[in-house]
Amino acid sequence: MSATSLPTGYTAAPVLPEILPTPKERGRVMGFVNRHPTIVIGGALVAIMVLIAILAPFLFTQDPTALAPAKRTRPPSDLYWFGTDMLGRDVYSRVLYGARVSLTVGFSVAFCAGIIGTTIGLIAGFTRGIDAIVMRVMDGLMSIPQILLAIALMALTRASVQNVIIAISITESPRVCRLVRGVVLSLREQPYVEAAIASGTRVPVIIWRHILPNTLAPLMVQATFICASAMITEATLSFIGAGTPPIIPSWGNIMAEGRALWQVKPYIVFFPAIFLSITVLAVNLLGDGLRDALDPRLAKRL
Amino acid sequence: MTPLLEVKNLKKHFPIHGGLLGRTTAKVYAVDGVSFDIAKGETLSLVGESGCGKSTVGKALLRLYPVTGGEVYLDGQRIDNMPARKLRPIRQRMQVVFQDPFSSLNPRMRIVDILGEPITNFGMAKNRADLREKVAQLMDKVRLPRDAMDRFPHEFSGGQRQRIGIARALAPGADLIICDEAVSALDVSVKAQIINLLVDLQDELGLALLFISHDLATVEHLTHRVAVMYLGKIVELTDRRTLFSKPHHPYTKALLSAVPVPDPTAPRNRVILTGDVPSPINPPSGCRFHTRCPLVFDRCRTEEPVLRQVGVGHESACHLTHAPGALAMS
Repeated sequence: MSATSLPTGYTAAPVLPEILPTPKERGRVMGFVNRHPTIVIGGALVAIMVLIAILAPFLFTQDPTALAPAKRTRPPSDLYWFGTDMLGRDVYSRVLYGARVSLTVGFSVAFCAGIIGTTIGLIAGFTRGIDAIVMRVMDGLMSIPQILLAIALMALTRASVQNVIIAISITESPRVCRLVRGVVLSLREQPYVEAAIASGTRVPVIIWRHILPNTLAPLMVQATFICASAMITEATLSFIGAGTPPIIPSWGNIMAEGRALWQVKPYIVFFPAIFLSITVLAVNLLGDGLRDALDPRLAKRL
Repeated sequence: MTPLLEVKNLKKHFPIHGGLLGRTTAKVYAVDGVSFDIAKGETLSLVGESGCGKSTVGKALLRLYPVTGGEVYLDGQRIDNMPARKLRPIRQRMQVVFQDPFSSLNPRMRIVDILGEPITNFGMAKNRADLREKVAQLMDKVRLPRDAMDRFPHEFSGGQRQRIGIARALAPGADLIICDEAVSALDVSVKAQIINLLVDLQDELGLALLFISHDLATVEHLTHRVAVMYLGKIVELTDRRTLFSKPHHPYTKALLSAVPVPDPTAPRNRVILTGDVPSPINPPSGCRFHTRCPLVFDRCRTEEPVLRQVGVGHESACHLTHAPGALAMS
């Protein structure tokens, strides 16, 4: 457009040079990785562990329970990647199969404790009378060290993976219950819940429609922490011989058996310990990342 | 003619639990003997400082918590002690609009579901299509575009959310709406729009409004009658014109003189109250206002004044008698 076409008395503003380059459209995937690195790292590690557990038979493993007394306590080599234990079993195969037990226990406990804790927490948060009693019981459960309670519960039953899951779920559910009750107590004061009551919505519908969806975010975060904690508890129980039966290879069992030879053959303890540490770290990273992603206020404060 | 809502000596005390066994150690006398009535299509405003119990009155009427004492009648039917199951159909007639337009809508629900909730609760829609049509009509009533019903609350501004809140109150076809500080969180121009909307809806649908507010300037625009509350009691109850021109109670005068006047040169004869509102846990003896009243005398400290007639339809709880308007406070 030429200057002559402008109305008299006006001059065109100078065209500004483009100082700021137009922001490059960043890929959605890369954007997510940059914003939540812990979710990505933790999630990837957890995914790898899950794959290892599922694909254990195809990852060059042998029968993890096959005894070979002639080949016992071999150091790591081409043939036995993580060495063999004092009964000649392949530690590599045992560690990979052990991932199945640990992950099963971790995820099942997170799920069971989540369901039990949420149910009790919802009921307690919404009914004053039950609340007082239930929360005192929960306080009592929480005052006993978790591992002691789990040992006591295991002493009542036969050792099996299923019983380990039940025992750890019982010890973990008070934490979920506290959390859910707290969220319910704050949510039931929300005007939208009061408005729902005033417009004649029944209590079960209010819980299902207005309360439960808003507890899911903190619940998911708590579930990941419980998953990690349950895996450690399972290993501890197995280590002291109160958990998974010795015939099933679990990381705790492998370490318990390798304990006697710890000073001369450290690799028997070392490899399951590394796997346990990485898995717990991964799940915790995932939980931390989820917490930051789901609760922007908390993320800013930290 | 029976009034639509009749409240007699309503009381709501909150126990304070303390000690090891959680015994009741004290009580908050949030609402302590409040009586008023509202006719069909009438607006009654409940005004007072924060903490005077005005919101508690609203919530107690809605039975959001149990009432400690007194009687509440809706169309001659007693509702304060009605069991929850029988109360549900009554809730259809009495609805609420809250102050905060952000927390009063569930952030995870679409507008159609928020407005559809009361409609479904009272079985007013035959099917989903009928429900959507009813919701669309509600959107029309509060002057929102119909196609906005599939959006989530965070996509709306504060004023629009408040319109949705009003639509939800209208949804079950209520004839009494309790507006709990319904416009206090909005800025001035939006506030005016919402007030106009409420007045229009009242004319259109013959709604009765209980308008709970701390803002006398707002109240002046839409109310028929005003009840002034102080520390859980009504101290003055009269029609709008009398209240604003010839207030009787010293507390009402102080409140009125605190209303900002948009003219800096206007002569002002302000009554400034000193001190804070006394605690409702341990209210003062005699007249509850005596600790801050500029006209206090001996009788106020011992004898509690009752609401008495000081003019036509004008009640006030003050020991002082005077010609209307003659009360001069320096």
